[in-house]
Amino acid sequence: MTTFTPASAAEVLDAVSWAVSEETPLEILGHGSKRDIGRPAQTEHAIDMSGLAGVTLYEPEELVLSARAGTPLAEIEALLKEHRQELAFEPMDYGPLLGGEEGRGTIGGTLAANLSGPRRLKSGAARDHILGIHAVSGRGEAFKSGGRVVKNVTGYDLSKGMAGSWGTLAVLTDVTFKVLPAAETEKTFVLRGLDDGPAAFAMAAAMGSSAEISSAAHLPRSVTGRVLDGALKGGASTLLRLEGFGPSVEYRLRTLTGLLASQGETEVLDEAQSRQVWREIRDCKPYADGTQRPVWRISMTPSEAYKMVAELRLHAGVDVFYDWQGGLVWARMEAEPQAEGIRALIAHFGGGHATLVRAPASYRASGAVFQPQPPALGALSRRLKEQFDPAGILNPGRMN
Amino acid sequence: MTGLTMPAPDAATMSRRAEIVADMRIIVPGEGVVEAEHAMRAFESDGLTAYRQLPLVVVLPETTAQVSRILKYCSERNIRVVPRGSGTSLSGGALPLEDAVLLVMSRFNRILDIDYANRTVVAQPGVTNLGITKAVEAEGFYYAPDPSSQIACSIGGNVAENSGGVHCLKYGLTSNNVLGIEMVLIDGEVIRLGGKHLDSESYDLLGLMTGSEGLLGVVTEVTVRILQKPEAARALLIGFPTSEQGGQCVADIIGAGIIPGGMEMMDRPAIHAAEAFVHAGYPMDVEALLIVELDGPMAEIDHLIGEVERLAAQNGSTTCRISQSDEERAIFWAGRKAAFPAVGRISPDYYCMDGTIPRKELPTVLARMRELSEQYGLGVANVFHAGDGNLHPLILYDANKQGQLEKAEAFGADILRLCVEVGGVLTGEHGVGVEKRDLMPEMFTEIDLNQQIRVKCAFDPDHLLNPGKVFPQLHRCAELGRMHIHRGQVPFPDIPRF
Repeated sequence: MTTFTPASAAEVLDAVSWAVSEETPLEILGHGSKRDIGRPAQTEHAIDMSGLAGVTLYEPEELVLSARAGTPLAEIEALLKEHRQELAFEPMDYGPLLGGEEGRGTIGGTLAANLSGPRRLKSGAARDHILGIHAVSGRGEAFKSGGRVVKNVTGYDLSKGMAGSWGTLAVLTDVTFKVLPAAETEKTFVLRGLDDGPAAFAMAAAMGSSAEISSAAHLPRSVTGRVLDGALKGGASTLLRLEGFGPSVEYRLRTLTGLLASQGETEVLDEAQSRQVWREIRDCKPYADGTQRPVWRISMTPSEAYKMVAELRLHAGVDVFYDWQGGLVWARMEAEPQAEGIRALIAHFGGGHATLVRAPASYRASGAVFQPQPPALGALSRRLKEQFDPAGILNPGRMN
Repeated sequence: MTGLTMPAPDAATMSRRAEIVADMRIIVPGEGVVEAEHAMRAFESDGLTAYRQLPLVVVLPETTAQVSRILKYCSERNIRVVPRGSGTSLSGGALPLEDAVLLVMSRFNRILDIDYANRTVVAQPGVTNLGITKAVEAEGFYYAPDPSSQIACSIGGNVAENSGGVHCLKYGLTSNNVLGIEMVLIDGEVIRLGGKHLDSESYDLLGLMTGSEGLLGVVTEVTVRILQKPEAARALLIGFPTSEQGGQCVADIIGAGIIPGGMEMMDRPAIHAAEAFVHAGYPMDVEALLIVELDGPMAEIDHLIGEVERLAAQNGSTTCRISQSDEERAIFWAGRKAAFPAVGRISPDYYCMDGTIPRKELPTVLARMRELSEQYGLGVANVFHAGDGNLHPLILYDANKQGQLEKAEAFGADILRLCVEVGGVLTGEHGVGVEKRDLMPEMFTEIDLNQQIRVKCAFDPDHLLNPGKVFPQLHRCAELGRMHIHRGQVPFPDIPRF
């Protein structure tokens, strides 16, 4: 077992070139905080990117930040916070869910896993904020794509191509992200006691109003006590988040109250509680239970989600909550992952995809973590992989 | 660019034209095949009218099945295909080839699904950009990306070009607003990427497709997200004695955490041309005019208008008007929106460029552009998407004067080189097409370009789709695929290990 710890992009190129010449595969690691997602690596050698770190450019007024791929995400978020800015896509932290530490993960891994959060629909995912990359392909060639400006259609968007590729196309060495001003303040409007169906309608009504909701989630009764240190007692909670300048948040809160007060009992979370609860929803904290029980991250048509869940509950022991504006259903299975059944249900209810983000290694080794693709699409994905990594050097099998 | 080299026509295809036309008529019966020279003239160029070429034949399919059959037919016979939406490309992306089928998607003009609960619209690719907004505006929704050609340009073309508009900084480009597509690969396979859900189960092929300029596949259906119309919008019209002050004001607005819905700047020649054309009441004695539009809830706008006004004064604005009605706001915008035709009135011809620069470089770039303007003896007017750094210099020339077109093109190329030099890019929203194709090496190494071409190889290994666009040279996929492995000969890297 050899682990390369490159300190420069040139050393990454050397390590990959060596692996190409030896025809031996490499596992690509940042902090390893998401290492337990996907098929476990079967490689003898690895590249540990955590030494290739540091912010190389940050111009707050230009809304741009560049960093070496191994830079800790936490370091970048702290730097941005000093300037009242942020990565608006709110990258989730898989640490707690996977039984690891909180606050780990690199900026390269953030792009490679295409992380996002509960503002997904409004503010996008990592893919929507990446402006440019430098990387080393599985051919052992250093290439770049994109740039440092927001508006750029010069050539193919290979930067976006890296989003969600889990290190199987190229080893990222440098990334440039768009950054945005952080909201001055936030509050969360909570509707209590709604069943999944009525909650879906309430969220759709709120999102279609002029209240400019940035996040929406529904926590059924079984989940609602597992956020905010149990402060939300009793029945289900439907949460709607308002962010922005103070006067704007107050104004929109009144809009929302007018729209939804008749739906039942309501309350308002202050700034601190609001920040906490959306971080917990982002990080799937309700299922950070120290177990290996299977957890699905399901991306599907929001309005169909509750119907799918109702059907699923008839067939399996499952606990769910809805990160509506993340476009997600999080589902924790009591026993088996039931991959085929879940995917069949998603297909029936409007389509989408399900990723088994937590499962025992033995299960992950058999595949089925990532949603299989229809034949023509799967063939295209394989051809793309071959064009970047013809010898299958980079994270082979990770996504199969 | 005037010396543009396009791929040599394939003699075998040219000699089989009659047979190909007849076969196309079988696949697309009725009016869907155009082969008479006079009728094909309507398709000989796109928005970059300096280039004209009649295609082999024009085909206007109506169904995905027809598109699939056409592409399969062409791929089996090694016939090139140029896809076209509404033909509004400003970079020659839809320029026909003499030996290629021109696949015109304009009959795909229906909206298939409007889903307010999930805020999505499914449209056929020939639906215009504005057509989507029109279909949902009665319910208070709209489609955010708004290229200035939105009345004509198609949503399929928007996907091909990753089109922008004046609201990009706040609401994103096409790629941030498209959720899914149905497309046909060159071998006739129909695939779906995305849908009403978010992100991909595997590689972000949708991200690669968006902005691929018709070289990877033909889009036959598009799912976009729509947004609730902001409750209100107000605009400020601010004049500055220098572009430096205007630029600093933009930086300060963003520094204060304000992301306006739109933020546009014009320089003196553009202001004067626009004012003469639309009489918007623009100040004539300023070097830079900034339009800042704030949209959202009324309470937020009221709060932010005061902030922007303060920042403008702090940066030495000499005039600052705030719109008091939607009519007045429309007048503020009228001059900016008419800037291109306005410049068209003061010059027989103009050539529109499209670089993007880091915002802070604006004063430097404008100064260097003035020098170039003197050097070439051609005027230039500038409009600038100040929020996102996208610069549109309009070079004034007269095509009837010997050598002026060539001069304008050389001037334009110098401007784009300047954009790259200061950390920007060749094209912000108009695309590479044929226009900037040969400038690509200014920004990319051969390795960079080859990796892009390898993506093309995954989709279209025989380079049949829209050849001659985007890449200065298309290497054969077989050549690019070769790996030169020298086992044991790679110098073993001396890198830290544990």
